[in-house]
Amino acid sequence: MKKTFKIEIDCANCANEVEEACKRIEGVSELSVSFMTQKMKVTFTEGADPDEVMSRLVKTAKKIEPDFVIVNS
Amino acid sequence: MNKKQRIMLTRIIVTALMTMMLIIFHPHGWLSLLLYVITYLIIGYDILRKALLGIIRGRVFDENFLMAVATIGAFALAIYDKSGDYLEAIAVMFLYQIGEFFQGYAVGKSRRNISELMDIRPDYANIENDGKLEKVDPDDVEVGETIVVLPGERVPIDGIITEGESSLNTAALTGESLPREVKAGNEVISGSINLTGILKIRTTKEFGESTVSKILELVEDSSSRKSKSENFITKFARVYTPAICYSALALALLPPLFMIIFHGAAFSFATFETWVYRALVFLVVSCPCALVVSIPLSFFAGIGGASHEGILVKGANILENLSKVKKVVFDKTGTLTEGVFEAVGFHDYQDSELGGNDKSKLLAYAAMAESGSSHPIAQSIVKAYGKPVDMQMVSNVKEVSGKGIIATIEGKQVAVGNDRLMKEVGAQVSHCKSVGTVVHIAIDGKYAGHILLGDVVKPTSAKAIEDLHKSGVNKTVMLTGDIKRVADKVATELGIDKVYSQLLPADKVTRLEAIIKESKAGEKVAFVGDGINDAPVLSRADIGIAMGGMGSDAAIEAADVVLMDDNPMKIGKAIRISRKCLKIVWENIIMAIGIKGICLVLSIFGIVNMWLAIFADVGVMILAVLNAIRAMYTRKV
Repeated sequence: MKKTFKIEIDCANCANEVEEACKRIEGVSELSVSFMTQKMKVTFTEGADPDEVMSRLVKTAKKIEPDFVIVNS
Repeated sequence: MNKKQRIMLTRIIVTALMTMMLIIFHPHGWLSLLLYVITYLIIGYDILRKALLGIIRGRVFDENFLMAVATIGAFALAIYDKSGDYLEAIAVMFLYQIGEFFQGYAVGKSRRNISELMDIRPDYANIENDGKLEKVDPDDVEVGETIVVLPGERVPIDGIITEGESSLNTAALTGESLPREVKAGNEVISGSINLTGILKIRTTKEFGESTVSKILELVEDSSSRKSKSENFITKFARVYTPAICYSALALALLPPLFMIIFHGAAFSFATFETWVYRALVFLVVSCPCALVVSIPLSFFAGIGGASHEGILVKGANILENLSKVKKVVFDKTGTLTEGVFEAVGFHDYQDSELGGNDKSKLLAYAAMAESGSSHPIAQSIVKAYGKPVDMQMVSNVKEVSGKGIIATIEGKQVAVGNDRLMKEVGAQVSHCKSVGTVVHIAIDGKYAGHILLGDVVKPTSAKAIEDLHKSGVNKTVMLTGDIKRVADKVATELGIDKVYSQLLPADKVTRLEAIIKESKAGEKVAFVGDGINDAPVLSRADIGIAMGGMGSDAAIEAADVVLMDDNPMKIGKAIRISRKCLKIVWENIIMAIGIKGICLVLSIFGIVNMWLAIFADVGVMILAVLNAIRAMYTRKV
């Protein structure tokens, strides 16, 4: 399943770092963070619970960039 | 301006006012320090917080850390000196925040500008309900429903016009400013704007599958495919920041220690002071933000500007490769020629089974056999026939790739195609004396005549080839399945360097591979096709460019660059846009690293003070951002 989230992220380098770290989260098969469009695309692996994966994902992202916010889903 | 930016702006203004007051009233002693600390915290609390969080979470070296260390250091030095000159720390933080504010504002602004360039998303669709128009979410419209598009509205979903006449503005899709006249029976593509009349459209696709959605998805995805220069900067930043921090530490400690050990200087803070200050300046200068923000911004602006011209580039990496294109390989039919053939002659049918003096039976058989094919030749035969084809008479249609079609019509085996197909069915070919594309027809393995088709070269093709040669492309090649005589004639007419004719689709891939192999490293080969029948070649090329991408899903999937209209002039333009963008990227890299490098060296020798350092940092960043935005302007490229 593929989902696009509108996000707020303030710096280009953090976007890259958030992407790198969140790609490795269990339950995520593909992920891209775009600083320019302020969007995050996540493809979940088969059988993963998106809500549960997302809560872990946000935690990881906030660790790297405290200002990371998901605006809507 | 969003909420965050408004808060930031307020903080900047408050800090400016408070600093002015402090300078004017000049308080003394502890009161002075207290007021300066408050001002410092107002402007810098978020930086300090992030720096602290970074340290706690083990992610020490980032620009927040650099700024926090530099300003706290400056503060500490001022307290130690009892100089009361706390202004420096505030100024550094203040200018840094102004820089960040400007950067956020500029990026947000250009993000909006660029999305406006690509603003083709329709918000609603009109559906007629009991004679009244109702606005619904385009997602809810089903295939086959009828939607109404009023003048001034955007066509939300692909479909066919059932009622009405109008002219459509397709500028947002193709960059073509001339309106297109449409009437009932015409296909319309979502994203175009209805200018004059009311149109009723029967939808042929769901919203999610419509051209508009495909394009938006493509453009949005494009910025997530990173270029090599972006990856380079990410890697660079990873090494750079720690290296800078350790160098600063060395700068603060080594020279004073050297003085103490070899020159007998006193082991006191006074010995260290100058060097600690220089190290702090060094830290401020080193901040890499100009690079980190300007590179993705340049690519995004370049991709946005290109899409405004009807050139969809699927990613920053592709824009980068596009600038290195030295060889362009073309497909002929539909790319350099209109791909619309006209039947110009009917030969050698008199003695055959379809015989007599009437050519209509020959044409009818050919049209029936070809009616299911999407190949331009097939379509033009069907068009030349001009009447609806009775599909019930046709069965067992088999497409023989690169050769033609075999079908059963009225119980007879009918083969329609080139001479290789004739050989396959065992028919004796009669060769045509005129120049053009020849379609032979054989009935039950016996030759029954041929149709001569003439293809028209696009009016802009010759100019486009000349334009490419001028833009630094050193070789143009044409690959075609067409016969040698026709291919050579077209190539000479257009000024193409090399032609390979009579190729099967698989041969095209092999040819292209050979061309890629003989290219020098770092030089890219682009293939331009119309997306019909050449998807394998498109995906094999370094850069696959599909033309007339509107409506052809296969082309959008396989290609790296999609030209929305079928004007070959856009190829040269795409290459020039990519070169401009890459030039800007390198300008910024060289400018930023150059100025920073000079300032770093100067700061070691104590020539640059902290004020100059922060000016250099913010100044370079602002210049780089403004330069990056230039990539968006592609009209005159």
